[in-house]
Amino acid sequence: MSASEKMATPVSRRDFLRVSAIAGGGILLASYIEPLGAMETLGSALPADATLNAYIRITADGLITIIGKNPEVGQGVKTMLPMLIAEELDADWSKVRVEQGDLDPKNYPGQVAGGSSATPGNWLSMRRVGAAARGMLVGAAAAQWSVPAAELETEKGVVWHRASKRSASYGDLAAKAVAIPAPDLATVKLKEPKDFKIIGQRIRGVDVPNIVRGKPMFGIDVTVPGMLYATFVKCPVFAGKVASANVEAIKALPGVTHAFVVDGTPGLAGLQPGVAIVADSWWQARSARSKLKVTWDEGTTAQQSSTGFAAQAAAFSKAAPQRNVRKDGDVDAALANAAKTVKGDYFYPFIAHASLEPQNCTAHMQADGKMEIWAPSQAPDGGRTLVARTLGLDAANITVHLTRGGGGFGRRLSNDYMVEAAWIAKVAGAPVKLLWTREDDIQHDFYRPAGFHHFSGGVDAAGKIIAWRNHFVSFGENGQASAPGASLGATEFPARFVPNFAIDQSVMPLGVPTGFLRAPGSNGIAFATQSFVDELAHAAGKDPLQFRIDLLKSPIPDAPPAAGANGPQPAPYDAARAIAVLELVREKSGWGKTALPKGTGMGVAFHFSHRGYFAEVAKASVSKDGKLTIEKVWVAGDIGSQVINPLNAENQVQGSVLDGLAQALGQEITIDKGRVVQQNFDDFPLLRFAEAVPVEVHFVSNSIAPTGLGEPALPPAPPALCNAIFAATGKRIRTLPLSGQDLKWG
Amino acid sequence: MKVSFKINGQQKTVDVPGDMPLLWTIRDTLDLKGTKFGCGLSQCGACTVHLNGAAQRSCMTPISSVQGANITTIEGLSANGTHPVQRAWEELDVPQCGYCQAGQMMSASALLARNPKPSDSNIDDAMNENLCRCATYLRIRAAIHRAAELQSQAADGGASKGNGRGQ
Repeated sequence: MSASEKMATPVSRRDFLRVSAIAGGGILLASYIEPLGAMETLGSALPADATLNAYIRITADGLITIIGKNPEVGQGVKTMLPMLIAEELDADWSKVRVEQGDLDPKNYPGQVAGGSSATPGNWLSMRRVGAAARGMLVGAAAAQWSVPAAELETEKGVVWHRASKRSASYGDLAAKAVAIPAPDLATVKLKEPKDFKIIGQRIRGVDVPNIVRGKPMFGIDVTVPGMLYATFVKCPVFAGKVASANVEAIKALPGVTHAFVVDGTPGLAGLQPGVAIVADSWWQARSARSKLKVTWDEGTTAQQSSTGFAAQAAAFSKAAPQRNVRKDGDVDAALANAAKTVKGDYFYPFIAHASLEPQNCTAHMQADGKMEIWAPSQAPDGGRTLVARTLGLDAANITVHLTRGGGGFGRRLSNDYMVEAAWIAKVAGAPVKLLWTREDDIQHDFYRPAGFHHFSGGVDAAGKIIAWRNHFVSFGENGQASAPGASLGATEFPARFVPNFAIDQSVMPLGVPTGFLRAPGSNGIAFATQSFVDELAHAAGKDPLQFRIDLLKSPIPDAPPAAGANGPQPAPYDAARAIAVLELVREKSGWGKTALPKGTGMGVAFHFSHRGYFAEVAKASVSKDGKLTIEKVWVAGDIGSQVINPLNAENQVQGSVLDGLAQALGQEITIDKGRVVQQNFDDFPLLRFAEAVPVEVHFVSNSIAPTGLGEPALPPAPPALCNAIFAATGKRIRTLPLSGQDLKWG
Repeated sequence: MKVSFKINGQQKTVDVPGDMPLLWTIRDTLDLKGTKFGCGLSQCGACTVHLNGAAQRSCMTPISSVQGANITTIEGLSANGTHPVQRAWEELDVPQCGYCQAGQMMSASALLARNPKPSDSNIDDAMNENLCRCATYLRIRAAIHRAAELQSQAADGGASKGNGRGQ
């Protein structure tokens, strides 16, 4: 019993674990997991008094149910987190069933799909949950056979005592394991990577069998008895209010049960004003909407436009910047002394997320004042907080069920559809499913903010960058803070590698909601910086890939700390890891090995974001009359020591790269008269089948703890493509998207 | 209005507004949730079903136009997920979010029914109106080729009922 006693050391407050019996003789393993300090969760912080977390259920017949706690929007987390638990539990994966956990932040910390944070945030904690459960099952077998636990082994859901040739399945042991004291999560032993049997295997998505059979699982599929259907009409100008609406006429239309004005709350992020129409079917609500007449009070932003933003940005670029983000050396003096100087003004547009499942949510305000919500949210706790605040409810009285999300890409980090559904359901006094149209979705997003980068750079006679300035113009109120998704950090590449270096920023007011789109910030910044680095490489007469490596190999001696508003900052990334992915992509793509004909070119880009290092090479050809054909993209990534599920990882990287290409090729949201011009997929194009070029994916492995993969492969794709176009044609792309641009050459 | 049609082998009569799209009849009247709403404009293909054996966007097909038709949705593609397209999709782990995949599989199965061994170019032509926001296109292409193999093996093995033509 000594081993069991050892495992039963008193647990600390932060590493609390306990078990309780459940119906059917199984065990419920509960744990409280310490927060990951550096985790980029976009949701709530961990409550200090959390006491219970349930992840594992083992029934007497040997079936193991593992709870996937995080929202699944296609990133594969519902498979990945349970894999971590099952690995250390030593479960037979074919006997594991995965269930989606409800919102329960006390027991399931970090229920957010954002920041590529699930892997770094759960790599140890989920494995510890599995290891602790294994320890209890081993303890139960040790007690039953009166042997030391140290003599026992586990494999695929069975505990073995080899010396006496005895074995017992987890199902047989589960009921007894309840009585075994729980191991300390902080000290429970984890496997060596060489012993992994599930981690690192090509595991299929746990929901795929249901997806291919068309089973209901998405938010839009939720059905509640007595449910009504709603559409919600908002002002095309953001935050515009309802002056009047013909709601009485709407109420008389077939199937309509309710029609009412929602006043909303101030600001762009809360409940927006509008008109709700509730009916017996969504089609009836949608049909009634076509008869709706609203007079809007459009407010103060009704005259702004994309052309106005561009004119303001151009004016800012000629004026002194509003603030300095970082300054090293003397950029002006270095530019004056440079052998060659280059200037380039870059622009990338607003972009919508356009997840294929339109925003939706089902809510039911019950007679006892409790509210039940079903939502495909990426940040359900933030949604609950918003609903509680807006409706004046106690968050403890709001239950949120997480449904599978039909794509997220950061859009569902905002919970506007959730608070709309909750409000409408409360007024209607019945369960209501709110469903947006595609036009609602394109015209009421939290957009990737547009950005204007004004670069000056210089190289010396040896071809080294000696000067770099970026006056970045974006959005923010009162010339101060940046709008969500519109900041540029003081450590962004190539900071630390150029002796005379400045990032300046100016912001203009914006009445358009902005937010986080897959690899926020990075998805635009990488295009601008990796294109301008390419310009300097060509000015220096150097190979663009080697130029980047040489730059990364030459940090400024005693790199000066960043000055300016953000203050000194530590190096955010490891140049050696960036160099390694550049070397790998050089090898895999055959970069520089063959002379390409005029009209065909290869372009390279790399970017560090969300703890991941990605270098990509695109090969493209452009006909003399300007027709662009992308041929292939090679990817080299470094996300640390372990690709947890290579089958999904490859899919994520290919999807990220193609997503980036789609953005570069044709995606743009424009504002005119304060409203979004685009409406549907006919004017906001997603990538189509024939445009999906081969994407070859390679990973560097090292000894660093693994990090996430939902985002960091995207940012290098647009600049790699644009640099390839330059190599093919000599035309430098400084504006996205490419659609409508003249690529003719020769 | 009352409209009668066959769906997934069963005769149904519904009484709904005549301009109601087939999509909403399938989803909300008949409670078959596999067919998805994506755009309402026949732009994305998430709502694809088989109408008399051919791929059809149900979001712009008025219910009044399907009187007497034979309709198959993802739920009726096979008895238990055994259609070659479904098997191939599972084997290759095609989906990311999965929302578009029913429409993708309905377009792919209609393609394979008329062209048992499609080329890449045939696939581009048949699938170009089905959008995947996660961009799983590379796996969809591989899965269609794999489904063609499975379909041909089933035919060679004499299991002619599993020839991928749906119902």
